[in-house]
Amino acid sequence: MGTAQRNRVLIGKPGLDGHDRGAKFIAQALRDAGFEVVYTGIRRSPEEIAAAAVQEDVAAVGLSSLSGAHMRLFPAVVEALKKAGAPDIPVLGGGVIPEEDIVALKEAGIVEIFTPGTPIDTIISAYRAACEKQPPG
Amino acid sequence: MGRAISLVENGAESAEIILASLDEDLISQATILGITGPPGAGKSTLTNGIISQLRQSRKRIGIVAVDPSSPISGGAILGDRIRMMQHATDQDVVMRSMATRGRLGGLCATAGAAVRIMASCGCSTIIIETVGVGQSEMDIISLADITLLVLAPGLGDDIQAMKAGLLEVADILVVNKADCRGADTLAMDLEAVTRKGSAEPTQVCMTVATEGKGIAELLERIDTLDSAHRDSGERQKRRRGAHDQEVLDWCLEILRPTLKSEITKRKLPLLGDPRRKAKEILQEQ
Amino acid sequence: MPKHPKLTEWEENELAKSLNRFPERKEKFTNHGGEEIPRLGTPESPDDAYLEKLSFPGKYPYTRGVQPTMYRGRLWTMRQYAGFSSAAESNKRYRFLLEQGTSGLSVAFDLPTQIGYDSDDPMSLGEVGKVGVAIDSLADMETLFDQIPLGKVSTSMTINSPAAVLLAMYVAVGEKQGVAPENIKGTIQNDVLKEYVARGTYIFPPKPSLRLITNIFQWCSQNTPAFNTISISGYHIREAGSTAVQEVAFTLANGCTYVQTAIDAGLELDIFARRLAFFFNASSDLLEEVAKFRAARRLWARLMKDRFGARDPASLMLRFHTQTAGNTLTAQQIDNNIVRVTIQALAAVLGGTQSLHTNSKDEAHSLPTEESVRTALRTQQVLAHESGVADTIDPLAGSYYIESLTDKIEREALALIDKIDESGGVVKCIEDGFIQRQIENAAYQYQMEIERGERIIVGVNKFQIQEDKKPPLLRVNPEVEKTQVAKLDGVKNNRNNQQVTNLLARLETAAQGSENLMPYIYDCVKEYATLGEICNVLRKVFGEYKDRG
Ligand SMILES: Nc1nc2c(ncn2[C@@H]2O[C@H](COP(=O)(O)OP(=O)(O)OP(=O)(O)O)[C@@H](O)[C@H]2O)c(=O)[nH]1
Ligand SMILES: [Mg+2]
Repeated sequence: MGTAQRNRVLIGKPGLDGHDRGAKFIAQALRDAGFEVVYTGIRRSPEEIAAAAVQEDVAAVGLSSLSGAHMRLFPAVVEALKKAGAPDIPVLGGGVIPEEDIVALKEAGIVEIFTPGTPIDTIISAYRAACEKQPPG
Repeated sequence: MGRAISLVENGAESAEIILASLDEDLISQATILGITGPPGAGKSTLTNGIISQLRQSRKRIGIVAVDPSSPISGGAILGDRIRMMQHATDQDVVMRSMATRGRLGGLCATAGAAVRIMASCGCSTIIIETVGVGQSEMDIISLADITLLVLAPGLGDDIQAMKAGLLEVADILVVNKADCRGADTLAMDLEAVTRKGSAEPTQVCMTVATEGKGIAELLERIDTLDSAHRDSGERQKRRRGAHDQEVLDWCLEILRPTLKSEITKRKLPLLGDPRRKAKEILQEQ
Repeated sequence: MPKHPKLTEWEENELAKSLNRFPERKEKFTNHGGEEIPRLGTPESPDDAYLEKLSFPGKYPYTRGVQPTMYRGRLWTMRQYAGFSSAAESNKRYRFLLEQGTSGLSVAFDLPTQIGYDSDDPMSLGEVGKVGVAIDSLADMETLFDQIPLGKVSTSMTINSPAAVLLAMYVAVGEKQGVAPENIKGTIQNDVLKEYVARGTYIFPPKPSLRLITNIFQWCSQNTPAFNTISISGYHIREAGSTAVQEVAFTLANGCTYVQTAIDAGLELDIFARRLAFFFNASSDLLEEVAKFRAARRLWARLMKDRFGARDPASLMLRFHTQTAGNTLTAQQIDNNIVRVTIQALAAVLGGTQSLHTNSKDEAHSLPTEESVRTALRTQQVLAHESGVADTIDPLAGSYYIESLTDKIEREALALIDKIDESGGVVKCIEDGFIQRQIENAAYQYQMEIERGERIIVGVNKFQIQEDKKPPLLRVNPEVEKTQVAKLDGVKNNRNNQQVTNLLARLETAAQGSENLMPYIYDCVKEYATLGEICNVLRKVFGEYKDRG
């Protein structure tokens, strides 16, 4: 069973990096596009993000990391979601992420990666698409 | 549990099955605590402190945090979780953020359902946090057995603005940020205001939510008040009020889509009194 | 026409004194034709408004600069921020930079270090050595400055919440090299207030953080009088998306908070105020930025004089470091970044900065390569030696536009500072999110303008090209975490653990009281207590700050 609300997403920042301008911008833009955005703030562990995503029953999780720790942290969130019994919540990520890493991250189950300069409309559409992909109840 | 709440919130068919299977005993036993107050007063921090305190006695706790939706897009940023992330991985702290979604009714229905689902899953205390502005927020508070109004020094002329509405619904006034200048004055002002024209003045509590100070005392007062209400029948009276409010909300929630499509379908002429047309439609329903 | 008496007065006093102590870089500054370039342009007969608002360089309210000769006396310090994963690698980069002609070092630490976690802490997962060097104990600091004479270089350290610990380690390394503390030169950022609103590396709540900062002010005035004890930073506020006015207002409001806290703790204003330094952002709006720097300088002088009654000129002067705006660097057509950095660096120099970091074109991607770091430094050198802007003081003064913009920024920033005061002060406005919201809204609006194409970013939303060649990137060696943890184990096995435990316990007791904690921290680091151990003791006593989001 599963009908996560189609417009409910979680935006979080795993790791220690405190530069949340990007994450907040995405949160605000999603709000203005009609999403309900559960915002968890900075310095969250992958487990905390996963637990919050499950409780809040979001349709997608968005992560941001600018410190270069994305290769460790993004896949860790995917794993944590699996462990928390929510393997079908899609994870999207953004940040300063080199091309090679994008390939590896997608293999690790991150559905979309955005780098600086990606138009916000592209990002919003991607979230919308990710939410739609949730298996209907 | 999160999924169950969504189903209700979205009005899914399966919601009915869920809501029908809830444990009424647990629901009637649970204490529903409303926490309201102006933005930044420290509601979430206080909630976090209360959770920490209650978790020491291993109680399961539910939190429903309501934030306003943007009136333009209908979207919302739900940020109350930030202050409670220390409990994020605690299985026995269940939190749900909700947006008001700009609807008139409905919020009581869904928030009420969330509370019932949480209670039925074993949460012995359920906290509803909401900003004390706007009618729909006030309505949610009617779901609570006990309501705290959280204020803090330096928030401007809030007391004046609050006097009319929120002071009346509050069972306990919490002066948070007692570590800040002006807290004592605020407490005295509040005491003066509540004493006026009331035989039983509302209690005033001081807390420093960030340091966990005053929370144990606050919980004690809540407990005492709750037992008194249980004995005196006040609690039952409030539950009755909440219940009726919820039923009304559900009526509106269920009627709205039908009525809406009915109205559209009829392609009513632009001329004529809308009130009379409404009556006609309702009579036919 | 005879010289205005005020001008003569300045020449005979401030200027003469300065020339006496430090002659200018050249006997004569000339253009291509050999004609002399004047030191300072002024109106022919300066009126009262001129004297009140602009005055002369090195003279209150310092609108035209803090020194009488500015860059004719000495060029700004070219300081490049660098820090690379391990202490040994960073040490190599520092020595390279010193050879290339930088005049000061600037250390970037990794995030665990900045938040007071050791490299083996679970919170450090994936972050060790990522955005800078990892420092766990004095042993790492010794490696970091190996063969670099601390008596000669000045080092700026981007460290805030645990600044006391890193400062203690730095002084301890100096001591081991035989350098007396009074000869230690440099700056610690130590500006925690902006961490809560813009940068995120806070540890403790505001109150104990302010205590630590005051402890540092006091300890340094007695032990390391040549060390700048704080760098009050608008840089990150701007990076987080604030406007120029907000950058000035929030930074100076933070500055006033530190000053007030120190005064309340009984410190002598004219002793600690001279060691306050500032740190601003240089963005691409050239004229606005120049006006911003001038306005900030004037406003600070006025605040210090009128609000706090500072008398010593050194307490009134806003001396600042500048870094070009990292957020303007684009991942597209990265060579364009060199041009952006040039404009921004020019703004900083025209604005009278004391030191400057120019970003490397590839900094938007990751840690910059040696080649791009060199180009960034060369940008400053071209400005200094070829552009001519360093040969005459405050050259844009007197422009109708610049002066009215300077006035406007000062006025609006002051209004915002007053508003913060009325609402209960900076700490209160941080706690209730007022400052964060202001910045967020400005950032959102700006970004939306870009998204809608109303604001053009070359190569990003206009003039794009198909790019497939990716620039060479410097990658952090993934082994760093392992080697760092191994080194930390080694340190813990080779120190006197009983002694460390005792010293940490003493620190804890002191923290519960109201003593200055610096001496206790200094003792701890000398015995190789780790950064994480020290911060955990303080966490226990002070608690941790929770983000408001
Ligand atoms: N000094 C002090 N600050 C406090 C106290 N309680 C909360 N705060 C701070 O006040 C700010 C607001 O607290 P929140 O708990 O987010 O307030 P809120 O009422 O939930 O705010 P909204 O959800 O935005 O309506 C935070 O920065 C807290 O750290 C307290 O007792 N003393
Ligand atoms: Mg809240």
